[in-house]
Amino acid sequence: MRRIANIGRLPAWAVLAVALLLTLFPFYWMVRTALTPAADLYTDSGALFPRHPTTVNFLRVLGLTTQEEARAAGGSGAQINFARYLLNSVVYSGLIATFQTFFCAMAGYAFARLRFPGREFVFGVVLAALMVPPIFTLLPNFVLVKNLDLVNTFAGMVAPTILMTPFAVFFLRQFFLSIPRDVEEAARLDGNGPWGVFWRVVLPMSRGPLITIGLTTTVWAWKDFLWPLLVGREEQTRVLSVALGVFLQQSPNTRPDWTGLMAGSTLSVLPVLLLLVLLGRRLVQSLNFSGIK
Amino acid sequence: MRTMRSAERSQVAEPSVAGAPRRRRTRPRDDRRAAWIFLVPALAGFVIFYGYPTVRGFWYSLTDYNLLTAPAYVGGDNYAQLVRDPQFWHSIAVTAYYVLINIGSQLLLALLLAALMHRLTRSVVLRAMLLLPWLVPNVTVALVWIWLLDAELGFVNHVLRALGLGTIGFFMSPDWAMPTIAMVNTWAYTGYTALLLYAGMLQIPPHLYESAAIDGAGELRMFRSITLPMLRPVLALVLVVSLIGSFQIFDTVAVADRGGGGAGSAVRVIYYFIYQQAFQYFHMGYASAAALMLAFVLGVLTVVQMRLLRASRSDLA
Repeated sequence: MRRIANIGRLPAWAVLAVALLLTLFPFYWMVRTALTPAADLYTDSGALFPRHPTTVNFLRVLGLTTQEEARAAGGSGAQINFARYLLNSVVYSGLIATFQTFFCAMAGYAFARLRFPGREFVFGVVLAALMVPPIFTLLPNFVLVKNLDLVNTFAGMVAPTILMTPFAVFFLRQFFLSIPRDVEEAARLDGNGPWGVFWRVVLPMSRGPLITIGLTTTVWAWKDFLWPLLVGREEQTRVLSVALGVFLQQSPNTRPDWTGLMAGSTLSVLPVLLLLVLLGRRLVQSLNFSGIK
Repeated sequence: MRTMRSAERSQVAEPSVAGAPRRRRTRPRDDRRAAWIFLVPALAGFVIFYGYPTVRGFWYSLTDYNLLTAPAYVGGDNYAQLVRDPQFWHSIAVTAYYVLINIGSQLLLALLLAALMHRLTRSVVLRAMLLLPWLVPNVTVALVWIWLLDAELGFVNHVLRALGLGTIGFFMSPDWAMPTIAMVNTWAYTGYTALLLYAGMLQIPPHLYESAAIDGAGELRMFRSITLPMLRPVLALVLVVSLIGSFQIFDTVAVADRGGGGAGSAVRVIYYFIYQQAFQYFHMGYASAAALMLAFVLGVLTVVQMRLLRASRSDLA
């Protein structure tokens, strides 16, 4: 297939190259700053490469240096432990993505294939919840979690999203509807109950959509900020996004600890970069308008 | 084992065939018991964290509630106060300003990128790289850009000074803060939006372009006469989805306002207004009323989205 006339190609590629540069440069600058010693921040702030590259900023935000060393390297002396926050973020996203996907698959299958009275009505009610924006339920949910004494616990943090989101139920139901009925009927005749059909036939056939939902949920949870800020501010449950916000606040307004902040920022990018390298093809191809969230 | 269970099942299922004999496959089946087991986790989550809080949210909006003492019913007072609150209207104006800049620039750039990719390359690596900003927490995005745009040491201001354009305060200046935040989020979401549009473009039959090329049409003409009209349903859907997301801007503003400081009310978007009312002043009832107003706008947009989703399916599926 001839895609484009040869003469027109060069400027078009040039535009794409500029877009790519603009997309990636801020990440480069983040890493560059993270590798710069705090002492060079003023003299080096326009240089494209760090003159005295160092890993001390990573070590100190990970809590691997002593307080004195951290302060000498530009830290404010406040306790920061990004190893802990990184772990908290992984636990938070991992728990939500795994269980939400599984429970939504169960519900989606029931709505798609099982026959029971009131099915369409119940599904309609769940679907209607797509219209309620998160901020509206966030206020009462906060009150609920607070009254249950679950603030600053992982239980309280994952509670609202670990069981379901209306979108995931809807998305998976749509997929299950597209599975040929014959396959399931055959499995039933082989002696499988509804659970057997779901577990042995439907789930293995649905790897693609399950990974899609699992991935988008992981990304969503990784980026989540407001709910963890309200419910998981304390050290033991603080996730990366909240930690970065707190870090900025604790850092003096006149002279923020940019080398440390950029080291922390880099740590929040690395895991998703890994995800992109490992599952990039799947992630990129799952983004079409049926996968819109 | 399997055959035995099969025999049991058919016996159990038999009585439900009332009257006339039918083919086995079309026999009405009732999975009531299994269905409730499948639905228990999701429905529990739905009732506790979607249904109940929706009702509570309505109730709170009719009360005076400070999180410490029980909510006291005040009727429509919160709403009456809200429509007379200049800060509320200001936050709506600020949000609209943000949405306008953000959605306008983001959709145009995404459309350009998608069209170029569509006609030039199928590279997965390129698409993955364009997606990277979307995968990163908004807080990280905000931090990196606050640093890049720092008035004194930021790289962008070094470049501006080198070009003789002087220094711009960006996040610090009341005039620049909102456009800056809008453009930062355009940076974060353009790649994602472009990929959605690109996926829509892949649905356009390639032979249309081939025959247009034979007829001597140039690339711009093909974009105008083939890509744009064929993409319209997808474009409309992406627009509405982006709008819904854009109205809910919070993270970037929260970080920029605390860290950069200074811009204050110039960046107080509606989400931030609600957040401050609820969690800084503990006006839960008032915040709920404002949230309900926002919910109404977003609800209308979501209904439009669902309509478009159905329309785009029938057009392109």
